[in-house]
Amino acid sequence: MSEIENKTENGSTESAGERTAGDTKDDKGLGLGVIFFIVAFVVCFLSGTLLFPKLLYSKREQPFNFDHKLHVGEAGDCDSCHYLREDGSFVGIPKLATCLDCHSEEPMGETEDEAIFAEEYVSKEKEVPWFIYSRQPDCVFFSHAAHTQSGGMDCVTCHGPIGESTSSKPYQENRITGYSRDIWGENIWGFKKNSWDRMKMDDCAECHKQETGHQGYCFQCHK
Amino acid sequence: MKQENNKAHKFGMVIDLDKCTGCGSCMVSCMSENNVPFKEDESNKKDSITWMRVYKITNGKSFPDTEIVYLPRPCQHCGGKGDHGHSPCVSVCPATATDYGYDTGIVSQIYTRCFGCRYCMGACPYHARYFNWWDPKWPEGMENYLSPNVSPRMRGVVEKCSFCYHRYQAARDKAYVDGRDDIEEQEYQTACTTACPAGAIVFGDLNNPAHAVHQIVKPDPHPDPRNKHIVGKSRNPNVFRLLERLGTNPKVYYLSEREWVRKAGDNYLEGEWDEIKNHHGSSSHD
Repeated sequence: MSEIENKTENGSTESAGERTAGDTKDDKGLGLGVIFFIVAFVVCFLSGTLLFPKLLYSKREQPFNFDHKLHVGEAGDCDSCHYLREDGSFVGIPKLATCLDCHSEEPMGETEDEAIFAEEYVSKEKEVPWFIYSRQPDCVFFSHAAHTQSGGMDCVTCHGPIGESTSSKPYQENRITGYSRDIWGENIWGFKKNSWDRMKMDDCAECHKQETGHQGYCFQCHK
Repeated sequence: MKQENNKAHKFGMVIDLDKCTGCGSCMVSCMSENNVPFKEDESNKKDSITWMRVYKITNGKSFPDTEIVYLPRPCQHCGGKGDHGHSPCVSVCPATATDYGYDTGIVSQIYTRCFGCRYCMGACPYHARYFNWWDPKWPEGMENYLSPNVSPRMRGVVEKCSFCYHRYQAARDKAYVDGRDDIEEQEYQTACTTACPAGAIVFGDLNNPAHAVHQIVKPDPHPDPRNKHIVGKSRNPNVFRLLERLGTNPKVYYLSEREWVRKAGDNYLEGEWDEIKNHHGSSSHD
């Protein structure tokens, strides 16, 4: 049976003959190819997942550590420091003057970070050069007033449970775009589990569509 | 969408050409308000960027009958045929980098979305759109004077007047904090309006009868019986729009008591002007 097959295949055409001659070698090559593919896939996958984010994002530490949990306990809710001004604008990260409302003279605690704050910034009357995790690109207009006042949203919906954090995570900046990693999200694949995991335009549009029935006209969020 | 349209704004402008002295304050204020870039050598006016541009027009007569009128031209924020939002530029943009805000009637331009094909520039009958041939270069220290409320543009994108939309955004923010639903007329005024020393520019909501612009223009809510694509034609005999018969439905109106100025707002065949000059937005609909 196999003899006949071999004969017919060998006798059919020259090219077919060549293929048959190489069959035993090909099997071995196929196995190697599969192994090579798997190894290459794992290498690429791991480098894409582990190495690529390190290449893409630069990491910088905040000037000193900020304990949100401690401050929420002492000063109250988010809007004690991150408040809306009377003209409708949002203060964002407060200026030194707001900190001085409490941190005016004697140190309030014994932490190392407060010592840095007092020494480097309070006594020198210098603003703290915080890195802003949630800074959006220039072309984005975001109204805190519209979302918190008119929409009645909580800070947590977009910013996550930052108020419960005890330390400042390093600031990661996309080396190509210059935007904070929090815009794309921690997950390099772009998956999100919570509403605060990403801050991209699609995330805004998704919520707008859900809540207002329309994703909005361009100028609603662009400037 | 229909519901939203009912309470929608329709921001517009009326410019009194008899008051305009051609001083150019509107152009200057516009450029500084909106971070409009300039070139190292501005003598080549062909690629200067002027969101607001003052044109000079004459009646073509020789002395002593010569008359000159200055015509400031911002983006006309066209509503398109039938005022349905199909502005000439919006309909041709392949990137959806410009859209029509049905809530305000303002035509947007999103610089980060634009890829610079310039179809919109070709489509715009008013030459209101400009292309950035270069990245903006600000003299050292001048970055500090830029407005943080308007994003600067990069090379290769189109830009145009936005009716100072950032001022509308700011006014709305104030209203939110005050717990108000809507903004006052004076809270949202464009830079050119506030800068005009002659008070020739009046800005407001064309849908709101309490606003000065509505009272001057008296827009006809019904389509023009002669051309159903034209909506919002003024019932004031001295008010006209540029190239009105195209049906682009601009939201910028012009006001002049002089007939030759009103005639200069469009191109007319011989005898055509006499036929239609007395046709204004129909008052029979009142």
